[in-house]
Amino acid sequence: MAIVFEKTKGLTDKETHYCPGCTHGIIHRLVAEVLEELDVLGNAIGVAPVGCSVLAYDYFNVDMHEASHGRAPAVATGIKRAMPNNVVFTYQGDGDLASIGTAEIVHVAHRGEKITTIFVNNAIYGMTGGQMAPTTLIGQKATTCQDGRSKAHSGMPLRVSEMLATIDGAAFVERVSVHNPVEIRKAKKAIKKAFECQIKGEGFSIVEVLSTCPTNWGIAPTESLKWLEANMIPYYPLGNFRTPEEA
Amino acid sequence: MAKVTFKEDICKGCQLCTTACPKNIIVMATDRINVKGYHPATVLEMEKCIGCANCALICPDCVITVER
Ligand SMILES: Cc1ncc(C[n+]2csc(CCOP(=O)(O)OP(=O)(O)O)c2C)c(N)n1
Ligand code: SF4
Ligand code: SF4
Ligand code: SF4
Repeated sequence: MAIVFEKTKGLTDKETHYCPGCTHGIIHRLVAEVLEELDVLGNAIGVAPVGCSVLAYDYFNVDMHEASHGRAPAVATGIKRAMPNNVVFTYQGDGDLASIGTAEIVHVAHRGEKITTIFVNNAIYGMTGGQMAPTTLIGQKATTCQDGRSKAHSGMPLRVSEMLATIDGAAFVERVSVHNPVEIRKAKKAIKKAFECQIKGEGFSIVEVLSTCPTNWGIAPTESLKWLEANMIPYYPLGNFRTPEEA
Repeated sequence: MAKVTFKEDICKGCQLCTTACPKNIIVMATDRINVKGYHPATVLEMEKCIGCANCALICPDCVITVER
């Protein structure tokens, strides 16, 4: 018998602090596997956000930098411009990227910075205890919208991929999910394409990954996978919004 | 012939792997708890495993190694 699956060298041996069943762990692994397969573990530099993945620098087996809340794209811009031959990526949650960091993500795309962003959309602020995010769905309960988000009060949830796909410098934009093995395989393919886009110098690339937060959604991990599929995907359709050919 | 191995002590008992197995052979070991305090995931009827690696793909904590 031969080994057909084992932990990637792109992750450190450290056990993560993520809650049981939190899909941040799956997304970390996919990014790390792609970096290993592209043979850039010695050359990649990641930028960690503020949010539950604030400690991502302990988990990715590459050089890492921490950024203040929402500012990972700006920090990554500096790193990439100073060291254009390195593969540079940010890993950001939806509170980080779609709220306090909206200006940074729009302008990193606008400038067409040759970096890759992994955007983890779990429709809530995880780390701080479950407040409403710009991505929280209509009717979804959060500590700051206890009767569920309402359009009248907070507007409609922000579709970041669709928005960024209108920007010329965004060469690759795709939304994926990790709620079952089929979608996990597709998510990995998209992450690989995004990094290849950067390596070929084609512009800014982003993969939005729909993710669960069992703890703050208040449902069991296995039920969270079903909740994601039933509630998030209808509003956040999966698919590619931009590839280098059309950019 | 295929085989899965669980690093039981790092399992968080989330059960995601049980949803992904096409053979439905992954169960939580309710007869024991690991160092984290969870019932770890395990396979009882290993001869039914087809080595598809679905369980390892969905495990957020890299608990599972698959051989085929
Ligand atoms: C300048 C600043 N404002 C607010 C905070 C508090 N804060 C920490 S994490 C977070 C939101 C994180 O949510 P998200 O980006 O969705 O990541 P998740 O934890 O869900 O993975 C906030 C508002 C902070 N650390 N710094
Ligand atoms: S709070 Fe939510 S996002 Fe954060 S580790 Fe726990 S489940 Fe994951
Ligand atoms: S490798 Fe496939 S068949 Fe074997 S336990 Fe894992 S999911 Fe089930
Ligand atoms: S998915 Fe991983 S952590 Fe969760 S129960 Fe299965 S082996 Fe344990």
